[in-house]
Amino acid sequence: MPNPKRRHSKARTSKRRAHDALTATGLSECPNCHERKLSHRACPKCGTYKGRDVLEVKEAS
Amino acid sequence: MRHRNAGYKLGRNTSHRRALLRNLVTSIVMEDRVETTITKAKAARPHVEKLITLGKKGDLHARRLALSYLQTREAVTRLFETVAPRYGERNGGYLRIVRTGFQKGDGAEKAFIELLGAEQVLDEKRQKRAEIRAKRREELDKAMAEQQQQSAGDGTDVSS
Repeated sequence: MPNPKRRHSKARTSKRRAHDALTATGLSECPNCHERKLSHRACPKCGTYKGRDVLEVKEAS
Repeated sequence: MRHRNAGYKLGRNTSHRRALLRNLVTSIVMEDRVETTITKAKAARPHVEKLITLGKKGDLHARRLALSYLQTREAVTRLFETVAPRYGERNGGYLRIVRTGFQKGDGAEKAFIELLGAEQVLDEKRQKRAEIRAKRREELDKAMAEQQQQSAGDGTDVSS
């Protein structure tokens, strides 16, 4: 079986991973409750989209 | 280029896909609004639009074509008598798809697909449902309170 000839250093590993970072999702503000929400989606907090109630939001009881 | 990439396969073979879409479309015609995944909503939209166009034609031939796709006669009746007359002036774009979040389990994106012009009906439906739910909760609360009173009475009996 083929095997690595040389030890793979930590520096080599972290240099490879230097470009692997994830970018944060861009969020928009809900015009109704001013919560941060994903754009083009109904607000999960207040259940509105484009000024209309669209979802039934469960209230914490 | 997106040549030869049209349509949605939905991971199903032809008959499975056709059955799924017919079922979904029948539900949309009957209920005005259906919650499903975004891909299924997008796949169902053109089918519903074509049926509404048939509904606007309104003759016997159109009715038979609609019946060959929809799964129940009630759906055909509703399509021709309730749904199609709403869109006299409008040429297509009869449906609205709104993304609503992600499904637990497989993380699929959920959306609802609804017929335009059905907002009032839907709001009324939702209000009725909320009323029923409130009534049921009230009854439950009452039953619970009674039960608690009873058990509390028992508790004092045991301790004395």
